[in-house]
Parts: sequence; structure tokens; C-alpha cells
Amino acid sequence: MTDLEKNEDRFDIKVNVKYRKRTAPGLGPAIIREISESKEEPEWMLEHRLKCLEIFQTWHDPRFGVDVSDLDLGNIVAYLRPDVDKARSWEDVPEEIREAFEKLGIPEAERKVLAGVGAQYDSEAVYQSIKRELESLGVIFLDMESAVRQYPELVKEYFMQIVKPTLHKYAALHGAVWSGGSFVYVPRGVKVPLPLQGYFMMGSPGSGQFEHTLIIAEEGSEVSYIEGCSAPRYNVLNLHAGMVEILVKPGAKVKYVTIQNWSKNTYNLNTKVAVVEEDGTMEWVSGSFGSMKTMLYPASILKGAGASASFLSITYAGKGQHLDTGAKMIHTAPNTSSVVDARSISAGGGWAFYRGLLHIAREARGSKASVRCSSLMLDNESRADTLPIIEVLNDKADVGHEARIGRISEEQIYYLMARGLSEAQARELIVRGFFEPIAKELPIEYAVELNRLIALELESSIG
Amino acid sequence: MYLLELENLYVRLAKEDRLILKGVDLKIKPGEVHAIMGPNGSGKSTLAHVIMGNPNYVVVKGEIRYSGEVITDLPPNERAKKGIFLSFQQPPEIPGVRIRSFLSTAYSLTRKNLSLRELEGRMKTFAQELGLSPDFLSRYLNLGMSGGERKKSEVIQMGVLDPKLVILDEIDSGLDVDALRQVSKKILELKNPEKSILLITHYSRITSYIVPDVVHVLVDGKIVTSGGPDLISWIEEKGYVEVGTA
Repeated sequence: MTDLEKNEDRFDIKVNVKYRKRTAPGLGPAIIREISESKEEPEWMLEHRLKCLEIFQTWHDPRFGVDVSDLDLGNIVAYLRPDVDKARSWEDVPEEIREAFEKLGIPEAERKVLAGVGAQYDSEAVYQSIKRELESLGVIFLDMESAVRQYPELVKEYFMQIVKPTLHKYAALHGAVWSGGSFVYVPRGVKVPLPLQGYFMMGSPGSGQFEHTLIIAEEGSEVSYIEGCSAPRYNVLNLHAGMVEILVKPGAKVKYVTIQNWSKNTYNLNTKVAVVEEDGTMEWVSGSFGSMKTMLYPASILKGAGASASFLSITYAGKGQHLDTGAKMIHTAPNTSSVVDARSISAGGGWAFYRGLLHIAREARGSKASVRCSSLMLDNESRADTLPIIEVLNDKADVGHEARIGRISEEQIYYLMARGLSEAQARELIVRGFFEPIAKELPIEYAVELNRLIALELESSIG
Repeated sequence: MYLLELENLYVRLAKEDRLILKGVDLKIKPGEVHAIMGPNGSGKSTLAHVIMGNPNYVVVKGEIRYSGEVITDLPPNERAKKGIFLSFQQPPEIPGVRIRSFLSTAYSLTRKNLSLRELEGRMKTFAQELGLSPDFLSRYLNLGMSGGERKKSEVIQMGVLDPKLVILDEIDSGLDVDALRQVSKKILELKNPEKSILLITHYSRITSYIVPDVVHVLVDGKIVTSGGPDLISWIEEKGYVEVGTA
């Protein structure tokens, strides 16, 4: 197995891929039609896209969070389609694309997870067997375009019903130009034994910037989904406006893990929402390291009695980065519960902003919620802010809240140095410790990756 | 040959111009147990931390020699690697860092002869001998620990890192009688003819478990008198002020 050894270059990889389709810069109905046509979409999807475009054109930019005034949407090429057919196996993926993914460590992650079923690594066979096993259980796991074509009724029922295009400007934009992403459908009572990962769409990586992921977990089912660990800079796009919609039906359980490591010229304006029905469970685990500017507030709408959600996140804002993230927990039913544990590090002049909302509606009696956000600033140039908004509209709710912004204490460093660690080693250990409770929730290969990433970031920030 | 020599040591605080130690001389041979006793605020803890290299203190005059080598300007980690260990009176909490992994890291930086498995075995044995469950090693360093647990964690670290000079800063504070007995017993077991101990305390209680060869009385930044263990009962009887002025 190849070592997970990394260097800085690894996260900023360009490859020369020929594009089959390249729309003219800017956005208009003609481009939308072109995208829809090339995807061989049904009429309703084209209509949806055109409607979203109209909404988009009426919207202003968000009046909080990061400054997006540099973002020239007129210059963004909305849709790039690499000149390859969707590959069925790793070997069929063109070499230059494969190399880029290999540099990112994705096949290794895949191999490790798949090794969990005790098969020797053979990409095609192993992949197929897992797919067959899932298929026999009735699980659908497809790239979004194929799902639109193969299961039009199912997709139509749910697509952008949880996140409406009217939510904000970039939700509308997403609805108009979305491309790629995953569709996951888990039938009633089915427990998917291994995490699903989003790497199957490798054949068309250029479409990754507006990917749409839709997960439907039917009653009593269980599934974990791991979103791609990082992405190379494939094309001229510098905007990522993806969307994730998750429906957790009664008694179901969904875990969604993300490690975001976009290249540092990216605006990451992403939308993620889960609706959780009676006694359902939603777990978010999120690591944000990359991008230049991020606005991301995964929301859990607890609309069934007894529903619960947790959100664990790690944000690392280094040099030149402004990451504005946080969780939204909306309790609208009785006896619901939520836990937020958000941690951020800012270093090298980076800015980490926690912006969260906890809303407990009148009807949500007997609900419990705790919000904890902690920030660690590694130097005096860096910034950390926390803005946890808490709205409790009934008197039968149990709410806990803790916010902490701090620095590494001299005393901690001295103590560790007195045990033989250098100052840099001491800092690294303290930073890792700060993240540890979140890191341990990640699959092991991601935790390893996270540790290396932290070491790398610290090296560059401490110098 | 001395293991530790302090020569005419003057020390002030780094952040304010206040002298804490005012000309301390101290010589410790390998294998010896010395006790520094004195009232609160006399500079005992400062003495301990200056030997370890705490950046909160500045040596303005005099020098510190360890095995004949001047270490006055070395950073704490270099001193630790040479075999100096300070058991902190109030070790700070390091959230998210488990004792086990921290100690393996520290071990690999200072000593190297044990395998990981042997190291793990040693930690477990020490924990057990101190009346702690093996789960203790999975706890975060000092986080939410009682005073006694913190001191026991310090002693486990001391045992694993196997230093030549052990400085115990108020090891008896926060310990009940049983814990004090356990901790002292373990420290004595770890002691060998090459190891020296510098015991810092303002109560004589610990000295009935770890009996010093030499006792120094520190008052207002100066060693006012030194002697054998019988000095302790004199202090008990008369108090520091009278002993200091006698």
C-alpha cells in the first residue's frame, strides 16, 4: 500500500484534460439549455433549472459572512465536461485524471475502506461486488445525472424540496447549473454496512464544483456517507456551490462525513440541509481546511418527535483564509435533541468565524440542546469570532451553551517542553489535542490525513 | 563530581523587575536526597523552575551546572533530555492529549531503549501500583483530574522517563494520607544510587516518607541554614522565622 505521505503541492494539482464541452462564460437560458441537453435530462429538470436561473437573477449576495465582491459570476464557466465517458472502473479512468486522484490519496482511502470486507485490492472486482450486494438490498447509489435518468420519479419527488432555490442566491445558482454529485436511496430497514463514498464520479471531475447530493433514508434504515476528502484545481472555476439534501425518515440514521480541502483560490458557498423525522438521527462530521472563503452552515431540521442531530466540526483557517461556518439546529417537534461541538483554529492571519443558530420552536417542548464552540488562535494576526444565536420559544427546553476563544498558554508549552518536546512539537500536540474529540469520529484514514494536514499547516504558520 | 550545582544564583521574574532568588548556592551529589524547606513566598518553587528552565524567570547572575556542564541558557526540553525532571505542583490541563500517547512521544525524545510494548507495560504497571486503573492512561493529560491523580500522573511520567535528577515541587500538596504513602513508596522504588532527588516542600509531612540526606532552609530568596534531617524537627518546633534568624 502506498504511503499517505504528502506535501503542499498535493492539494493544488492541475492536470491537462481536454474538454468535450465548454459553455461560454456567463449565465443565461441558452447555457442552461445546453447543459440540460448534453445531460439528456427530462423536461422537468430543464424547467427546474430555468426557474432557478430566474430566481438567481433576482437575488443579492448574502449580507453577512465573507466578502464575495471579487467573485465575477459573469466570468465563471458554468459547465465543463471532460472528454471522457463515465468510467466503470478505476483502470478506465484516463491516466492524467487518475494520477491527480492518486496524488490526492483517494484510491488509498477507497482501498482501505474496501479492505474492510476482506477482499484483496482489485479495484474493479471489489467495487462491483459491493455494488451488487447493495443493489440486492435495494440500495441505489448513483451519480446524480444517472439517477435523474434512471429513477426520474424518485428524484423528482425529492430534488430540491428540502432546500428550495429561493433560500439564497447560491442555492438558486446551484439549482440552475448543478452537475454531478450522488444520489443515495436506502430502502426501509436496510442498514448499509460500509460507508458510501462519493468517488465514483471520477470520470467527470470537472463537474464537481456544483455537485448535488441527495440522500433518502427510508424508515429504520442506516447509512454513512463520506464526501470526497479533497479536490484538485481542475479548471478555471473558482466557485464551489454544492448542495446536500438529506431526508432521514422515522427511526432512520444518517451519518455524513466531509473533509473539505478545496484549493485556496476557491469560494466555497455550500448548502447542506437534513430533515429528520420521528426518532431519526442525523450526524454531521465536518472538517474544513481548504478554500479561500467559505460560507457553510449545515442545518438539521428536527421535525419529528424524538428526532436528534449532532454536528461535530473542525475548521482550520490559515493564511489568506476566511472561513465562516457553523451549524443550524432547528427544533420544531417535541422531545428532540441536538448537540453542536464546533472547534476552530486560526493561524497565519486566517479568520475563523463561527456563526450558528439554535432554534427551539414553541411546539418543541421537552427538547434538549447543547452548543459548544471553541476557537484557538495561534498568533496575534489571526482572528476568531463566535456568533451562536440561540432562540428558545418555550419554557420546557433544556439548553446548554459554551463559547470559548483562547490561545495556547505559555504554561502548557513550558510543561510539555519540560518533558522533552520542542516548542513546535508542543504546539502541534496541543493543536491536535484541541481537535482530538472530533478527529476520533472520523474514519481512520481521514484522521491520519487530518493529523498530517495539521502538521503541514502548523509548519507553514510557525515557520 | 556533583550532579547539580547552583552557584551564587540570582533570579528575577521575566515580566517584572523583582528579584526572587538572591544568591543561592546548592550542590547535590549523585544519589543524594536534598530537601528545600521554607515558608510560602520564600522562592522555593522559583528554585525548582529555574533548574528546569522556566521562561518566566531570568537568571541575572550566577550559573547552573549539571554534571559539570553549564545549562543556565538551555531551553527546558534540552534539560529534560539530559535527565532533569520536574514534578509540577499544579500541572496544567492539556485537553485532547492522552497520557499514553503523550508519554510515548516524550519517551521517544528522551530515552529510547524500550519497545512500544515494553513501554506500554511499564506505564500500566506504574498506574496499577499507584492504585489507578489501566484506563487512566487513556485520560486526557491532567484534564479534570483531582489533585491526587495529577500527582500520580507526574510520578508515572517520572517513572517512564527515568531521569537522573528528580525535582519534586510540593508533591505532597493535595494528597491524602493513603495517596501520599503510595506516591512516596513509588518514588523510593524508582530511586537508585545514581538518582538524586530535590524535594521542595513547606510541610515536613513528606520527609517522614522520603527522608532527606540534607535539608536547606530557604527564606526570602536565600538559603539561611542547611543541615541533616534533624533540622526538620527543629523547624517543626521553632518555625522558619526563628530557624532563619538563629
